[in-house]
Amino acid sequence: MAYSKKVVDKFENTLNNPQAFNVGRFDPSEENVGTGMVGAPACGDVMKLQIKCEPSGNTHVIKDVKFKTYGCGSAIASSSELVEMLIGKTLEEAKEIKNKEIVEALELPPIKIHCSVLAEDSIKQAIEDYESKQ
Amino acid sequence: MTIKSTIYLDYASTTPVDPRVASKMMQYLTPDGEFGNPASRSHRYGWKADDAVEEARSHVANLVNCDPREIVWTSGATEADNLAVKGVARFYKSKGNHIITSKIEHKAVLDPCRQLEREGFEVTYLEPDEGGIIHPKQVKEAIQENTILVSLMHINNELGTLNDLTAIGEITREAGIFFHVDAAQSTGKVEIDLSSLPVDLMSFSAHKTYGPKGIGALFVRRKPRVRIEALIHGGGHERGMRSGTLAPHQIVGMGEAFRIAKEEMKADHIKVNAFHKKFLEEAMKIEHAYINGDLNNKVPNILNISFNFVEGESLIMGLKDIAVSSGSACTSASLEPSYVLRALGRKDELAHSSIRFSFGRFTNESEINQTLSILHNVVDRLRELSPLWEMHLDGIDLDTVKWDTN
Repeated sequence: MAYSKKVVDKFENTLNNPQAFNVGRFDPSEENVGTGMVGAPACGDVMKLQIKCEPSGNTHVIKDVKFKTYGCGSAIASSSELVEMLIGKTLEEAKEIKNKEIVEALELPPIKIHCSVLAEDSIKQAIEDYESKQ
Repeated sequence: MTIKSTIYLDYASTTPVDPRVASKMMQYLTPDGEFGNPASRSHRYGWKADDAVEEARSHVANLVNCDPREIVWTSGATEADNLAVKGVARFYKSKGNHIITSKIEHKAVLDPCRQLEREGFEVTYLEPDEGGIIHPKQVKEAIQENTILVSLMHINNELGTLNDLTAIGEITREAGIFFHVDAAQSTGKVEIDLSSLPVDLMSFSAHKTYGPKGIGALFVRRKPRVRIEALIHGGGHERGMRSGTLAPHQIVGMGEAFRIAKEEMKADHIKVNAFHKKFLEEAMKIEHAYINGDLNNKVPNILNISFNFVEGESLIMGLKDIAVSSGSACTSASLEPSYVLRALGRKDELAHSSIRFSFGRFTNESEINQTLSILHNVVDRLRELSPLWEMHLDGIDLDTVKWDTN
């Protein structure tokens, strides 16, 4: 598999130091937590993304993020990359994140673009879940 | 280069050339060596090359106990499979147009079968049992009036499982049908005695048995005689079955590799068997690890294990200093998980989670121990990352979850 060094590094760093790379979970029932889970085991990838937000002015800001991903190396790297993009963003800004940014940041090969699409879907779902609780 | 520090456990994919084989091959290339064309009948260069080719043919025949005249050189097992399947089908098409094979054959048999379907042949693809075995009874039941050929593999390349060639061959003999066997994974691993096996054609590969890539052979039985239509026409080499100038260095390599295989099969087996036992014992200490393929009916050099809740390609990336292969979709260009594992009725997620470890002559115990310790560690880490593992620990049955499949 011709992965870029960026995918390999991101994957390995996440694997070797999961806490530092926001691997983990929040209690999904908490009011300030939004959870998104996309993909299916039969397809080979499942991403779970959780955001913890705080109101700020007339919007909400993502204060913390946790994720877990089952999938190939680039799926794990894509989630990890997305998580770094999210912290500190308002929900409006987070909604604007496109899979293309992940593709570019990690130099994903064409056959792995679906990993970045899955990552984009996971943040959309997490925001939806969060907003439904407010 | 990282080659040296990477532990090689992918012998079922290819083996290194045994240094004894390589040094013999080197004698058939350069001006001071025997570089002649074996088809040159008019001078000693040709005669010497021809002698070497015939000696190699005897070594190959000797390993599988057949007549050297029954060995046809090919470019590898893929060509041998093509020549056998298409060659028999096209030669005997006036007798019938039905072929029996299985869903877990190598692509080198499946794709020629697909091609024959396009040419008007009818193919039955037998389903293996959940252990990866094709039962003789299935073959018997699939035979029709117009069946001309059964093509089944001896040892499955992904699982290491063994088919019962004697029992299947007795059925094909009785029905007057040709039986072709892909034995690419078999040489040097298990005894093959073609003097008693009721098999009509058998494919061999050099590079799975410490010989070079790019050379293989097809056994074509003389009594009872099997005839095939050639795929490659030219100078009429190999009694018209496979034209093209023979490659003495490659052929000598295959011959030497098979000669050594005969001598060292027992020692190789004892060694690999010990690794298999150790690996199995230790790897199965990992929770939710499942063996793919019937443990009671397989060779010890191949071990295929699924580690549930972990995806195979990420596991391979985690095992970065270990060369293994996976049934995971993500390691293939097609994004489909292994068709072999799917044919066993395994859930797709277990196919995605599979790793094939294969051991060989140059594997040592410290490599096995190192691999096991890294494996335990990486599976644990990836499960810490896995939402499926988390759900499993929470007592959620993943089969009852409604997944978003996009």
